[in-house]
Amino acid sequence: MEHLHYQFKGGTRTLQRAADVVGVVGSGNLEVLIESAAMDGGCSIDITTAAVGFGAIWEAVMIDFQARWQLADTRIAINDMGATPAVVSLRLDQAVETMLERRP
Amino acid sequence: MSSYLEATARERVDRLFDPGSFQEFLPPSARVVSPHLGQLNAPVAFDDGVAVGRAQLNGRAVFVAAQEGGFMGGAVGEVHGAKLAGMLRRALLDAPEAVLLLLETGGVRLHEANAGLIAVSEVMRAVLDVRAAGIPVIALVGGANGCFGGMGIVARCTNAVIMSEEGRLAMSGPEVIETASGVEEFDARDRALVWRTTGGKHRYLLGDCQALVADSVDAFRAAALAQMDALAAGPVALTLDALEQEQALLTQRLEQFGHVREPMELWRALGVDEPEALPLLEAADFVERVGAQRLGAC
Repeated sequence: MEHLHYQFKGGTRTLQRAADVVGVVGSGNLEVLIESAAMDGGCSIDITTAAVGFGAIWEAVMIDFQARWQLADTRIAINDMGATPAVVSLRLDQAVETMLERRP
Repeated sequence: MSSYLEATARERVDRLFDPGSFQEFLPPSARVVSPHLGQLNAPVAFDDGVAVGRAQLNGRAVFVAAQEGGFMGGAVGEVHGAKLAGMLRRALLDAPEAVLLLLETGGVRLHEANAGLIAVSEVMRAVLDVRAAGIPVIALVGGANGCFGGMGIVARCTNAVIMSEEGRLAMSGPEVIETASGVEEFDARDRALVWRTTGGKHRYLLGDCQALVADSVDAFRAAALAQMDALAAGPVALTLDALEQEQALLTQRLEQFGHVREPMELWRALGVDEPEALPLLEAADFVERVGAQRLGAC
């Protein structure tokens, strides 16, 4: 297992809800736990992945993700079981979109 | 129509129960993960593969557990089992109208087998305690991983089991039987045989499940409500009388069908005409056709 951590500053978008989880920790898949958290406007992403040695790709995917959403005061935690970069991006977008939905 | 089979555990909870009514105990954000998997350098899940809590089903208060088959085959580890048992014990205090177990599991998680085995036995006891308190427990089995091992026993400790044709229920899974007894005994790669032997239709005919439904969330919801209504009429505690009746049924089943090598022969012996047609029937047509021949449920 490998642990990775990314921290972004200067985001502008805060989320509507407290927390949600999307995805499943299955082969080629991952779960994304996304939470609103007071972080001085920052966004932190913690990743635990079964695929060791892909830090550079994770970093590129996370920079793209934050460029798309500009998240502020958001904490993200990922348990990954070898998802491809495209699947990671889709799950992250799904997580944000879920948090932006207004639910009854 | 929303498939039950294809849905994740959380999607099943969202779609089965009244929108927004699910209140989770120990949600993923609590990060109560397996203490064992990390030591084995294996991935963990924030909910340890099960969501438990309270919800409303058509306005009726229920407690619920939903196992995620996608995480380690829905297998029961220490935390996973403790969440199941804890939810059932909480039901004793809160007295919901019913407890619904959305089971999808290979049984005990072998990475933490001792803790998992103890947990499964605690879940069995808790199910019987909940029943003894007059609260019906209903198992829903319709996930791709089926319901096997100790959790197969848990399913049969409940008041009612609802299955889809795609659902499977048994003790040892196909690969386990083949590995232990040889391919001549059971060919685990023969998928039609696997479903004939463990699938919902066979379980319904043998009296192991009380309702067979189509693979849709709506069908499972309707069947769960129907079971809740049916169980509200009578006692739900396990009695010695019911156990003896079940034992008699199983003894009769073994005597009558113990020599049969193939489920289809068994269906014929039950009095079903053209048993080879059964696998292709839709759930409703199947129930209409064989409902009279199925063995009496407990």
